[in-house]
Amino acid sequence: MNKVLINRRKDLIFSVAGLIATFVGLVMLVIFIGDILIDGLGRISWDFITGLPSRNPDKAGIFTAMAGSVWVLFLTTLISFPIGVAAGIYLEEYGKKGRISKILEINISNLAGVPSIIYGLLGLEIFARLFNLGPSLLTGSMTLALLILPIIIVATRESIKAVPSSIKDASYALGASKWQTMWHQVLPASMGGILTGVILALSRAVGEAAPLIVVGALAYVPFAPKSPMDDFSVLPIQIFNWISRPQQGFIINAAAAIIVLLVLTFLMNGIAIYLRNHWQKKIKW
Amino acid sequence: MNYTTEIMDIYKETSPEENVLIPDDISVKDDRKYKLTARNINAFYGDLHALKDINMNFPQNSVTAFIGPSGCGKSTFLRLFNRMNDYIEGFRLEGEIILDDVDIYNEKIVIEQLRKDVGMVFQKPNPFPKTIFENVAYGLRIQGENNKSFLQDKVENALKQVALWDEVKDDLKKNALSLSGGQQQRVCIARALAVEPKIILMDEPTSALDPISTSRIENLIFELREDYTIIIVTHNLQQAGRISDFTAFFYLGDLIEMGRTHDIFTNPKNKRTENYITGRFG
Repeated sequence: MNKVLINRRKDLIFSVAGLIATFVGLVMLVIFIGDILIDGLGRISWDFITGLPSRNPDKAGIFTAMAGSVWVLFLTTLISFPIGVAAGIYLEEYGKKGRISKILEINISNLAGVPSIIYGLLGLEIFARLFNLGPSLLTGSMTLALLILPIIIVATRESIKAVPSSIKDASYALGASKWQTMWHQVLPASMGGILTGVILALSRAVGEAAPLIVVGALAYVPFAPKSPMDDFSVLPIQIFNWISRPQQGFIINAAAAIIVLLVLTFLMNGIAIYLRNHWQKKIKW
Repeated sequence: MNYTTEIMDIYKETSPEENVLIPDDISVKDDRKYKLTARNINAFYGDLHALKDINMNFPQNSVTAFIGPSGCGKSTFLRLFNRMNDYIEGFRLEGEIILDDVDIYNEKIVIEQLRKDVGMVFQKPNPFPKTIFENVAYGLRIQGENNKSFLQDKVENALKQVALWDEVKDDLKKNALSLSGGQQQRVCIARALAVEPKIILMDEPTSALDPISTSRIENLIFELREDYTIIIVTHNLQQAGRISDFTAFFYLGDLIEMGRTHDIFTNPKNKRTENYITGRFG
């Protein structure tokens, strides 16, 4: 056979293989989401969302778990955003580039890969026991903040790196100090990327169950938490708890709670994508 | 008929051949005659000896052009005057640069203060992604100036100096990035002028622009000479010929020749200068 024809056939074989590979992932996701929707969609109602926990699956709702998730999200943002962004700015712009910064850099990347349950153990030992905060919202939020700090730091550094040096040069050449240049030029220009990274990191945090179980978050909380020192539960823990019950009713509840959690994370990712596009449109170098 | 020949005519009429001090004796020690002096400059990037034993004087209200092939050190030399090389790792400088009797590499010099006196315009127009107004007002704002009418006056003044006011006076709130390349570069020049510097450094300011924008900027440089001392790096030899009073030719970190632009272009003393100017290399 002609060489050209052989090459064309190879091309065809690869594109078919690629198509199959793409579909494997997608089909699995569709099956999973479809299954969840069939099981849980009928259960979703205003009562389910505002209901308190109950031993009776038909009366049980996710209000306390959702309130806990919102609290955790809020506190985690409050803790991780300033620390992560400040660390990112320091490492990218201020820190001397040398051996120590290399070691720091490698370790931050490593931290991003540490299993979340290890962070749970750290949180339990340091925040819950050493700081004597107990299994409170604050402990859980600080633990999750640690978990997502590396992601925020890396996102911050990448966004800062993307700001063209010509802009920084222009600012310095007009007599701006380093901080003025960061505050007036670099941060506004990189905020889109930083916020995107922070939101994606938070949407990971909101789906975490393991580290929170380890620090002592409860599966059953009768009332929504009112202060950062209260006991709490979150949606993933509630789901985990319901799935491990024998009654069919709780399995359906779990499916419905998964839908709520999915909507929440999709929403957050959507906001992240919107912000990224919005900022990209605003700034064209 | 031709814009550039017009400039040449103006140049011939107003060229201050008689009253500008000629930096022909560049070893002269009486620096008070000059606005800016570079003395025994040696610069290094790590092991690379980028500038070798350079001495140069810049009279007030003159335009000095640096020419030479890429990598000859002319941009490095230019960036010494507002200390933009300070951030480059491994950069080292020996020698003195004296602006109005003060060595700008003195430990007591506040770099931010120095850069208010020595403005800079870059190769690629680099306006901030802000409004035209905020671009021009930036240098004053970072000095803590927030008085609105004061800023408005300064911005209007600076934009008039670069002949951009009539084009943008109704669009001051527009993003500067929406302007054309030539307009952007004029915003960048206005931005530098707004802080009222003594010296303006220009690093190939027209290399990214079309011919019409280029001749506008050249005309502008010619006018700015009345109030400022200007140093310009250019790859465009005709440009150096049109707008500068003095020309310095650099080659591989050496200052090969410096003198009145007219002399350098018509009667170069050094063979390498002649070869470069006539296009035999470079």
